[in-house]
Order: sequence, then structure tokens, then C-alpha cells
Amino acid sequence: MTAQTHDTLTLEPNIKDPDGFYAELLAAHEGLDREESEALNARLVLILANHIGDRDKIRAALEAAKPAR
Amino acid sequence: MTKIFETPLYPYQRSADQDAETPVRHPVVVLGAGPVGLAAAIDLAQADIPVVVLDENDKVSWGSRAICFAKRPLEILDRLGCGDEMVDKGVVWNLGKVFFDERKVYDFNLLPEDGHKRPAFINLQQYYLEQYLVDRVRALQADGKSIELRGGNKVTAVKPDDSGVRLTVETPDGPYLMDADWLIACDGAGSPTRTMLGLDFQGRVFEDNFLIADVVMKADFPTERWFWFDPPFNKGQSALLHKQPDDVWRIDLQLGWDIDREAEKDPAKIAPKLEAMLGPDTDYEFEWVSIYTFQCRRMEKFRHGRVLFAGDAAHQVSPFGARGANSGFQDTDNLIWKLKLVINGTAPEALLDTYDDERVYAADENILNSSRSTDFITPKSHASRVFRDAVLDLAEHHAFARPLVNSGRLSLPAIYDGSPLNGPDAAGLPVRSRPGAPASDAPLADGWLIDRLGGGFQLVTIDTQAPDTLDVDGITVTRLALSAKDDPSGALAERYLGDVPGAVYLMRPDQHVAARWTSFDADAVAAAVKTATARA
Repeated sequence: MTAQTHDTLTLEPNIKDPDGFYAELLAAHEGLDREESEALNARLVLILANHIGDRDKIRAALEAAKPAR
Repeated sequence: MTKIFETPLYPYQRSADQDAETPVRHPVVVLGAGPVGLAAAIDLAQADIPVVVLDENDKVSWGSRAICFAKRPLEILDRLGCGDEMVDKGVVWNLGKVFFDERKVYDFNLLPEDGHKRPAFINLQQYYLEQYLVDRVRALQADGKSIELRGGNKVTAVKPDDSGVRLTVETPDGPYLMDADWLIACDGAGSPTRTMLGLDFQGRVFEDNFLIADVVMKADFPTERWFWFDPPFNKGQSALLHKQPDDVWRIDLQLGWDIDREAEKDPAKIAPKLEAMLGPDTDYEFEWVSIYTFQCRRMEKFRHGRVLFAGDAAHQVSPFGARGANSGFQDTDNLIWKLKLVINGTAPEALLDTYDDERVYAADENILNSSRSTDFITPKSHASRVFRDAVLDLAEHHAFARPLVNSGRLSLPAIYDGSPLNGPDAAGLPVRSRPGAPASDAPLADGWLIDRLGGGFQLVTIDTQAPDTLDVDGITVTRLALSAKDDPSGALAERYLGDVPGAVYLMRPDQHVAARWTSFDADAVAAAVKTATARA
């Protein structure tokens, strides 16, 4: 399962200027209350999932995002 | 106003069976004169198998109940002789609108494919359907067919053995006994037969209540399906507006779980919600008000020896997606030709086990689809609601999110992939018409393909040679010879040939594809007929 995840989903660093990206992510949430932030995150997940499109990749991402046991 | 559901259609009459010395034996008894039971009985009578239908009532069902009838069940009703009445009276609709809070976020057209005799959907009150089916029973009786409808006959005991079923039937004149070689239980979601036999009915209960209000009003609303998520007039819940014939409108209001059901049914409590929904100047009167809850569940098996379950008695789904009554017709459509061959001795009883295989598979598909709609409409967790609302917000602005909006999906027939009755497939032919699929209709030069199919095994040849009839161990296969000149629109070629110049399709009596080839081979067809009748 782990090997397959790495085959289809990029889990190696892939974002240029990681600090810049992280700041942009936080900036998007600035001034939002907890509920609004949650809604923004949900919309973001749906938009990014649609962009990826590939169900195997999305499934691998869901797997990778699960809380560690 | 005298309503259709106040008139006894099949009042109790004493039958000769009640005066018989010993219980009279019938080839098939159907329990329940609802849509599914009547369809089963009509199908049997059309196949010249005598049938008796027992029902404790004598009228059509109260209120509109099932109102959406999809294309495939309409095709089945055509074969049963009721399709024209349904479509002539019903409301055809294609457009749906979805509202979230106060905004319209999305509208959709069902975009039915051209080149089909029947529309994707009609809306019609269940009581009309039952009336047409009873009319059809009367017409078959006038033609001398052996089909009996016994109202006021309540079955109080069911005792099956290896060769049949003994029934105890309560009537206004007291009880009597009767025997059946085969019993078809179409006695609804609360099936007394299921209970009397101690059989399981497992699944998922949805903790929610919905109010149905059928109102009569002369309103300017278009013939569309309007669905609201979280509207101002029913905050935190959903609502549905849908048109039926005779200026009757179906209104569904989600109520939630912890409610006082009797109080919610009070018109004084409903009126303010409807006024907020329909506008303050709309005049309406209530025709029917009911509160329902629902479950998604099925029996583990639909065949129990000589007792066969069909419709809601066998499986129950949420109403979102119109897969209740619609799937019940597909049950009997699947069952009756098999039962006929078994009764006539041309197929082994094992053929009836494939009713289980195919219709349990279809029930699971229906339960899956209607559960998914229900989970979208009534989110069961905080996260579920957050994503639901995110989808609706995005749908207003971005096309990608619209296919995720699920206020009930188009009811489509199951394709019996993997059925033990399926024979060989041929490469290059269109995927939609693969073995297990129901026939796709197509316009022919002189009518509709669907009207030429059904009732027996057929060999549909398109620009290929084959004998006009074949006999496979007592089963007659009749050829329907078609060619390019029968295909004015090209739909036949598109749906049955693809890029291949000619094809041979073996069709089952229920208009499903059994096997297909690109040329005729007598041995291959004979083998496929044997496979399709569980004799392989």
C-alpha cells in the first residue's frame, strides 16, 4: 500500500518557495472565524481534488492524510 | 369531491374456493394488489399462467405515494399493456433546479437521449397507475385469461413445503385454505409474509422525518423539479416541489428526527411554511398529508423455496432517486419469464435462483445510490455538512462542483454484469448493449425497437444472416431481422453495432441482452440459450 502511494502521489517536496506558500495559505484564513475557516478548507479540498482528478491519486492522498496510528 | 381512492375497485366477493371440500390448488398466488403485485399477475396472465391475487383491501392506495416513473419501468408497463395510459396522463419533466439558502445555485436538464419511445421520467400519482393496472386485469379477464383479483382476502398464515405453499385466508365470510405451487409476496415494506416466515430484513435506518403534502393549486410554477437545501422557510432542512397531473403538487419538507409527528401534520402548522415557500397569494388546498421515515434495507435472499419476494417486501430504499416502485417492476420483469419456464418444465428450478442473483445485485445498486443521495441531502456528521455546503457554494460559481450535487439521481436500470445467465460478448460492439444490459430503444423505419422485443427469446440480427426460428430443447428463439434500411436515424447502429458491420444479439424475454456475436453460429446460440435458462 505504501509503495503504491508513492508510485502515484507526490509526497516528496514539490512546492517552490515553501515559506511563501505557507504564508499564503494562512493569509487566506486571516480574519475568518473557525466555521468560515472550516468552510474554506472544505472548498479548497474539493477544488484541489477536482484538479487532480485521478481517483487513485486522490485515494492515496486520503490515505496519507489519515491520522497516524 | 369523490376521489379515486374512495371507490372500491375489487370489492370482496365470495369465491368457489371458499366452498371447496379440500383446499383448491393454484399454479401461482400473488400477495398484494399494489403496483408490483398487479404487474406480476398481468405478466403471468399474458403468459397464460393462471394467477390469483389476494389483498386485504379493495381500493387503490391512499394518497399519491410513488410519483416518479422512469423510462425502463414505462417500457415494462408497455409490455404489460399500460404504458400509453401512464404517459398520456403523466407529466413529463426534464428540468431541475437546486436552491441553497435563498440562492439558485444550479439547474440541470436530464437531457434525455433522443430516439427512445418513452421519456426519461414522468410524474403520476400511484393511484392512477394502480387504476390502469386494475383496468388491464379486467381487460385480460374479458379476453378469457385466468387472472383473479380477490379483495377483502387477508392472508393470516403461510406454510411452505417443498412442493408449494398452504395459505390461510381470512375473509368477511370467515377463513378458508388454499394451496399455491408458487407464492409471490408483493405485500409491501411491512410484508406480513416476511414476518410470518420469520425472515430477515437488514439495513440502515435513517433518523429523519419527512412531511409529504400534496396540494391542489393553480400556480405558475413551471413543470420542473425544485429542490431546496437549507431554505429560509425550512431552516436547516430540505424541501422539494414537484408537479403531478390535475394541478396536484408534491411538496416534501424535511422535519428532522426529534419531532412531534402528530403536531407536524396539523395543517395550521404546515400552512406558514407553505406560504413562505409558495408566496402569500397562492391559493391551495391539501389533498394528502403524510409523514414518513425511511430505511435502506433488503432481505438476504429474495427466493425462499416456493416463496418469491418482490418490490418493497424484498427491499426498501429512500425515496430520493425514484428507485422504489421503479425497481419493483424490474423485479417482476426479471422473475415472471423465469417462473413461466420453470412451470412449463422447460427450465430447471435453478433458474429462479438467478432471480436472487440479478435482483439482489440490482437492490444493492439501488440502496447504494439512494443512500448516497440521502447522505448528501441530510448530512449525518459535522464534516459531512461542511462538505455538503462547500459543494453547494462552489456549484453556484464553478461547473466542476455541479456533478457532486446529489438531490436524487436519475433512476437507471441495473446492468446484470457477472450474471450466471450471461453468454459470450464480442469485441468491438458498444459497451452499453453488453450481455446483462437492458435493451436500448431505437427508432426503426416503422416504429420502435422496444415494441418489437420481449415475451420470448429472440435473435436480433443486424445485417447478418440467421434462421427465422430456432428450437433449443423446447425453447423457441424467434429472429428479428434488421438492417441498415430499418435505421433511419443511425441510432440502431450507434447502440448495437459501433464500428462493426453486423451483429447477432440473443435477447431474453425481459428485453435484456443474453449474449452477442458479430455473426451467426447455431451452436453458439444454442449454448447461450442453455446458459440463459440455467441449463448449461
